[in-house]
Amino acid sequence: MSLLEAVETTRAVGRVNPVAKLLAALLVSVVLLLSIDWVSAGVALGLELLLLPWAGLSARQLLRRTAPLWVAAPMSVVVTTLYGRDDGAVLLQLWWISVTEGSVSLALAIGLRILAVGIPGIVLLATTDPTDLADGLAQVLRLPARFVLGGLAGLRLAGLFADDWRQLALARRARGVADARGPVAAARRFAGQAFALLVLSVRRGSKLATAMEAKGFGSDAERTWARPSTVGPRDVVLVAIGVLIAASAVTAAVLAGTWEFVLA
Amino acid sequence: MTTASGARVDARGWGWRHAGRLRPAVSELDLVVEPGERVLLLGASGAGKSTLLAGLAGVLGGDEEGDARGELLVDGRAPAEQRGRVGLVLQDPDSQVVLARVGDDVAFGCENIGVPRDEIWRRVDDALEAVGLDLPRSWPTAQLSGGQKQRLALAGALAMRPGLVLLDEPTANLDPEGVVEVRDAVSRVVERTGSTLVVVEHRVSVWLPVVDRVVVLAAGGGVLADGAPEEVLDRQRGRLTEAGVWVPGVVPEPPVRRRASSRGPLLEAADLAVGHRGPRGRAVASGVDLVVGDARTLAVTGPNGAGKSTLALTLAGLLAPVAGELRATPELAGGAGTVPVRWRSRELLTRVGTVFQDPEHQFLTSTVRRELAVGPEALGEPAAQVDERVDELLARLRLDHLAGANPFTLSGGEKRRLSVATVLASRPRLLVLDEPTFGQDARTWRELVALLAALVDAGRSVVAVTHDAEFVAALADDVVALDEPVATEAAR
Amino acid sequence: MSVSVSANESSSSPEGRPATTSPQQRSPRGPSRRWRVVDIVVASVIGVACGVVFWAWGLAWEPLSNLLSFTPGLSGLLSGGWLFAGVLGGLIIRKPGAAVYTEVMAAVVSMLIGTQWGFSTLIWGVVEGLGAELVFAAFLYSSWRLHVALLAGAGAGVAVALLDTSFSSIAATAVEFKVVYGISAVVSGVVLAGLLSWLAARGLARTGALSRFASGRSAEARV
Repeated sequence: MSLLEAVETTRAVGRVNPVAKLLAALLVSVVLLLSIDWVSAGVALGLELLLLPWAGLSARQLLRRTAPLWVAAPMSVVVTTLYGRDDGAVLLQLWWISVTEGSVSLALAIGLRILAVGIPGIVLLATTDPTDLADGLAQVLRLPARFVLGGLAGLRLAGLFADDWRQLALARRARGVADARGPVAAARRFAGQAFALLVLSVRRGSKLATAMEAKGFGSDAERTWARPSTVGPRDVVLVAIGVLIAASAVTAAVLAGTWEFVLA
Repeated sequence: MTTASGARVDARGWGWRHAGRLRPAVSELDLVVEPGERVLLLGASGAGKSTLLAGLAGVLGGDEEGDARGELLVDGRAPAEQRGRVGLVLQDPDSQVVLARVGDDVAFGCENIGVPRDEIWRRVDDALEAVGLDLPRSWPTAQLSGGQKQRLALAGALAMRPGLVLLDEPTANLDPEGVVEVRDAVSRVVERTGSTLVVVEHRVSVWLPVVDRVVVLAAGGGVLADGAPEEVLDRQRGRLTEAGVWVPGVVPEPPVRRRASSRGPLLEAADLAVGHRGPRGRAVASGVDLVVGDARTLAVTGPNGAGKSTLALTLAGLLAPVAGELRATPELAGGAGTVPVRWRSRELLTRVGTVFQDPEHQFLTSTVRRELAVGPEALGEPAAQVDERVDELLARLRLDHLAGANPFTLSGGEKRRLSVATVLASRPRLLVLDEPTFGQDARTWRELVALLAALVDAGRSVVAVTHDAEFVAALADDVVALDEPVATEAAR
Repeated sequence: MSVSVSANESSSSPEGRPATTSPQQRSPRGPSRRWRVVDIVVASVIGVACGVVFWAWGLAWEPLSNLLSFTPGLSGLLSGGWLFAGVLGGLIIRKPGAAVYTEVMAAVVSMLIGTQWGFSTLIWGVVEGLGAELVFAAFLYSSWRLHVALLAGAGAGVAVALLDTSFSSIAATAVEFKVVYGISAVVSGVVLAGLLSWLAARGLARTGALSRFASGRSAEARV
């Protein structure tokens, strides 16, 4: 899947340690998820948009990768407007649909938050190579190498799925069972193909595991790393930016009085 | 490059039973391989060749995976304690690529055995050069051909400087070019390093120049024959041919033919361009002109990447042409219209049957019997008729003892027979086969050729995409050779 | 495991168990709790496959949840579509942490391909996986029958219901809708995550794809 491949970039962000990117994005996301209010989401989103030129993606790539967000945000805004927690003056009432001032501002908050939470993750990950991320997780965060690399190997097998899926669909047409229309038939076909894909993948995974073991993987012996994963000033800067965005968002919301801790 | 000294293999009464199976895969094996020897390992399927290689590589698994008896030693110690001393290359090119970049994948083995960083990259460059893979370290592994992937796997094994190199059917899934590439790479490497080599393959003539000893394993356990290549092949010729080995010098007999008369062409392609995404996509092959005749076999040949499979799928009505015209004559179409890709799935069943390159892509149900019934049932045939048809096919393709088995549990040859049988169940006029003899041993090859010859004699047509020159020689009436990518010639 | 056994040195067992012990051996025949390479890779593969399905399900979520939009709480019925990775992974690998690992892998993959929920997908994956994991742990990782699978699905459903009603856009809806959401999420978890996963695991075992796993061997007849 082309969306799984990293975008090559000459900007500084391409040389930042993936673990730092992960940390920064995670920080911003977790903080924003703690409250539903338009001030924190708006401030964070504003700061992120300001930083976008340094993200290392062209405008077209950016739009393509963040496409799901631009679909989801408006939809959520509509749903929340209609069914959100009611507060303040009632603007519209129909059966159990009620649009109030409160639900409108909630809807705005949700919409902004979807964008503010989604953009850092997608943008930062777009310039991250999965192998570099794995190196970072294992060398910097000291996660067990067996799990990180085993996971990476499994992830790589995903590249074959699209091809397999196409072949499976063609085979079903050839076997005479691809005619039925309608959601039930489509669901059955989907389930059948998904299962077949699962079988093929598990077998390939087992064979890959054998090949990896034959190369000495999985034993307790000391392991070296061909590609060093280092942490430097650039990485600290990125994490600091993440902290800054999160802190600004919270501060602004508290000062504006709109901060509402969700679990309260 | 420093040479690795060859490893010595000792097996004394060694046996292994996989957990969950009643019978052991290998039993009572006594074998000694001296350092630097090059051994070709043969035997019927089920004789335990792959198990032996897996055992030598130390990857058979622990207690929860099976029982071991006797002794199997590499350089006097257990294989599992010496990872890195033994290199293993398996059959499926796609299932051995670990990382996304060529250099990283080759370096993987070295990382696991603790080689210092600078030394790793020196070895990576050496290994890539040794196998003849002239690519930069950051080249994406997803863009490698089958032969290149196998050489990559070999390079990954070699970078560990193993004393014992094990190859389990490394060329079975490759086209002729890839086969030669891999064989030459292995030959070069073994010359240079003096490592011990054990190869399992049924394509004997390919490996004869490289090996100096042949060992044949017996199906019940133990060693059937062991000695110099010519000697063993000579004495065991009959038994080996029976077991499906391609014994050099044994030419497959062409089937006896009684041709049916032709009732007119079935498919006509004019300036056809084919690709995967239909009319808006890129063409993989173009300018194809051909006619699929009645009661004839058409072979489509050409190098890798020339678009043969895509052409086959387009002829079979599964993919839409990118440009040009593909027309089905009334002889084939009946009342269904002249554009195959617009036929409904059920209409396709009785007109064109497709056998995919990987039989596993076609399996829909959980038993062989139900699998055969899918086509007739989709056509709405009455149950009694369906049962009769299924029984007939089971008998004809020797699958009766497997009627209740899950299709995925069949052996390679049986899966191929099953995929052909399922296509025959709905009695299509035209059969399209994508690489039918890929990865098959000599026995399945013979059966397939005989079956297809009988079908064509009975009045059906066959289109086969194939690398296999012997297959073309035995069956093809017409040949279309696709070139890299644009031009095409139709022979005859 | 060491394969070298000299016939003279075999231990008391008549089947010739290896004389040298390795760190991986706990008990002679009991299942080991340690993850083998094949466990890790297959768990990842299952996670990745499920992640792709999650992504596709996420795409379908929009139109489907709109169909249910007249009672938004019922969109909880769709949440099971994101929960089955953990249950499936647990049933197949049968080792501690399998449910969490597989669910997290699936979440990461669906996130990488591109979802609207971005990074929160990862957090959701961890908690959902834990929901199933706790159930498997409660059965001491020894029972893998249908009722355990259904309960694990329910566990994951509870987890996602708690998360969604607290933190996601559902949190912005009124209490009645939240309750409906919670119940439908649990039901969805039981059916889509529990039942489907159990059926899939059983089907997989029958194809022989799981021959290196305990889950594969108990289903197959000895051949």
